[in-house]
Amino acid sequence: MPLREISADDIESLAVGAWVLGTGGGGSPYLGLLNMRQLYKEGHRVQLMPADELADDDWVAAVSNMGAPLVGQERLTDSRTIARAVALMEEHTGYRFRGVMALEIGGGNGIQPLMAAAHLKRPVIDADMMGRAYPEAQMTSVAVGDLQPWPLTTVDVRGLEAVVQKVPTWKWMERVSRKICVEYGSIASTCKAPRTGTEVKRWGIHGTTTKAIRIGHAVREAQRRHEDPVAAILSVEPGKVLYRGKVVDVERRATEGFLRGRTRFEGMDDWRDSVMELAFQNEWIVAWQDGTPIATSPELICVLDTVSGEAVGTETIRYGQRVTVIALPPPAVFLSEKGLQHVGPRAFGYDIEFRSVFAS
Amino acid sequence: MRRIGIDVGGTNTDAVLIEEGKVAGAVKAPTSEDVTGGILEALAALGRTGIVRQRRVDGVMIGTTHFINAVVQRRHLTKVAALRLAMPASASLPPFCDWPEDLAEIVRGGVWMVEGGHEYDGRPFMPLDVEAVRRTAREMKAKDLKAVAISASFSPLDPSHEKDAAAIVAQELPGAAITCSCDLGRIGLLERENASLLNAALADLARDTIAAFEKAIADSGIEAPLFITQNDGTVVEAAQAGRLPVYSFASGATNSMRGGAYLSGLQDAMVIDVGGTTTDVGQLRHGFPREANSVVRIGGVRTLFRMPDLMSIGLGGGSHVSLDPVKVGPLSVGYRLLKEGIAFGGRQLTATDIAVASGRLTLGDRARVAHIDDVACTRVFAEARRMIEETVDRMKTEAGDVPLVAVGGGAFLVPERLEGVSRVVRVPHGDCANAVGAAIAQVSGECDQIFRDLPRVEAIARAREIAADRAAAAGADRSTLSTIETEDMPLAYLPGNSLRVRVRVVGDVAAA
Repeated sequence: MPLREISADDIESLAVGAWVLGTGGGGSPYLGLLNMRQLYKEGHRVQLMPADELADDDWVAAVSNMGAPLVGQERLTDSRTIARAVALMEEHTGYRFRGVMALEIGGGNGIQPLMAAAHLKRPVIDADMMGRAYPEAQMTSVAVGDLQPWPLTTVDVRGLEAVVQKVPTWKWMERVSRKICVEYGSIASTCKAPRTGTEVKRWGIHGTTTKAIRIGHAVREAQRRHEDPVAAILSVEPGKVLYRGKVVDVERRATEGFLRGRTRFEGMDDWRDSVMELAFQNEWIVAWQDGTPIATSPELICVLDTVSGEAVGTETIRYGQRVTVIALPPPAVFLSEKGLQHVGPRAFGYDIEFRSVFAS
Repeated sequence: MRRIGIDVGGTNTDAVLIEEGKVAGAVKAPTSEDVTGGILEALAALGRTGIVRQRRVDGVMIGTTHFINAVVQRRHLTKVAALRLAMPASASLPPFCDWPEDLAEIVRGGVWMVEGGHEYDGRPFMPLDVEAVRRTAREMKAKDLKAVAISASFSPLDPSHEKDAAAIVAQELPGAAITCSCDLGRIGLLERENASLLNAALADLARDTIAAFEKAIADSGIEAPLFITQNDGTVVEAAQAGRLPVYSFASGATNSMRGGAYLSGLQDAMVIDVGGTTTDVGQLRHGFPREANSVVRIGGVRTLFRMPDLMSIGLGGGSHVSLDPVKVGPLSVGYRLLKEGIAFGGRQLTATDIAVASGRLTLGDRARVAHIDDVACTRVFAEARRMIEETVDRMKTEAGDVPLVAVGGGAFLVPERLEGVSRVVRVPHGDCANAVGAAIAQVSGECDQIFRDLPRVEAIARAREIAADRAAAAGADRSTLSTIETEDMPLAYLPGNSLRVRVRVVGDVAAA
């Protein structure tokens, strides 16, 4: 399949779908969407390229914005900053990137590669490294694959630029880049370690931009036709409804730079006599039904507004919301023993054996 | 203590006189195009009851939906110069970038972005580019713009750049109406900026409307200070309200809730206000409506500032009803009920017709709705009940039954027993709850500033003194002041020991 142009309507869908794949975190894609609307109004267009089309020796840039969501609300994401992070990586390495891909498709970072691609006039590669959102740098497919974590470029809009030239591990990359980010004012546009075509084909999670657009499109169409948006998602994705109910309790605490907590639900419809609890660390991590864990990371636990089908985030969920909890299958790379070490329930401090909700 | 409360709604202007804590009289008059006429009419009607004559009135408090209606209907709006102090950040998303195009066309007078603003920890993001601000102000003058909205990153934490820029603009553009986003402040640059742009756009309307209010009071022969009610259930003197009209946006709904609290004597309860077209539900805490902490859309513009947390559904006395399957609202005949409802000889079946058929209301001609049987009525009421129960539940922040105060002309749709409600409370004068809420509104004073090298307790005490002085200056009786909000935030990167403290106090209007 050759390159295809991403339409303005696709971007509206991408914003909705990326928020669903954010599994409660990743930050709202709203400001990214505004940037893209502006760029399309100015005549920019972005092409989408399947990962399979890459030549083995092509270089690909993986981008994300890192930092505190609060700062992102005052320093509005500017499409040129993420483009600069990619250009800086080209200056630093001497590579010429074939295309730009997302580090994480879930949340606001699902749109970042489009902004860079629009300015640099390169395609977006239809793949990412999480298939969802995760809070830390070692929680990626390329970290599971033990690919080289360096170099990394960071850009602040005032013209501050720093390169992390070398680190021994992904965890060190997380620590060092986090420090730089805090000094910038807790927000930085970053270009991660460049990847070859071979690496993206082997370790990238393919088709996730298309997947986010497909999910968002299903939700928006269902809204337009006044149909059930949750059923619409499940008609395009092999997911499963775990629960339907309302939020009865939310407990949050900010620890070590993460938002952690639990949400309790009371059942409705077929789940009337059953209670669900979800634990989160930025994203939804574990779901218990009547005390038994029924779904955990790496499977995607998505909490959706029952009426609108739009995702409900861990930062904004509140008492009384009517929600449907669904599970979507995870990328295969995270189901290996090594994958589960990186993103399984134990990686988040839960002494629970991973058992797929799709096994039964 | 004698106060007149007036609610200038889209359809009716209600007026009440409160005397020694009791409703001494309540009247309704149609709202007039020029506002003044309706108020004069209502005050005259109140006068005819004989209760106002030759007695002192301590204050006239007016609540109005005038400003929010102007935004929704895109009328009477002034062109605004937007000045943002945040460069080089946020440049790709300039002011007005997420406004509905039709409204932006009307309001956008020009956009300027210069260096300035702060960081989350209080450090300056960039030094304020004073020269650029001065140049900008001259360009605004050349374009003949007279309303200016100024925003800066993290200005709720440190307002100094906005205030400095405002001073420069005021020098270059004498007489301009300047809105600083920090005066409306919440974190969220785009939403806070949007609120200040709307506020600036209302500058002319606010000035004219307040002048019309003042004229109406003067023409009626009443000598009393004029206060305008705000979204949070307090009042400010007319001049200040004219400066920040967005703070009066939701005062109609807030006044209903405050009036419900006052008339029922309940301080912590849900209030449901059922009108002709919509039902608003809100929660009272200590007699004040709970504030929204998320984005509120006004006329299609995303904003974030002090607004009551309300949920509105399309249910009211004028709601269209269909019987098979049963559906109530969201369409409504609104103020045309007395012409279009079946019980009044019209053709549209409404919630009021069902109430007449069932005998719940005595209105119109019951014979015209005799064909509607009890089963149908029961099913319609059950649907209204389901809608109300769900809305009340969604407004709760925690589980447990709560008392529900039912006010408004459509309160007959609220059944005596509801899931999640301990009891339904009905009050006399419930149909004028909004005017009552205006009459009993208190005066507030706020202090929100950064204190250096003071221990936390002293900084808070100092902030409270400042807030109390401001409340007294705004007309409050010092002996009645109480603190309703205290918030402090350490700013680690500022020199010395810096603490940002926000204190709000409220008290009764001082007797004249």
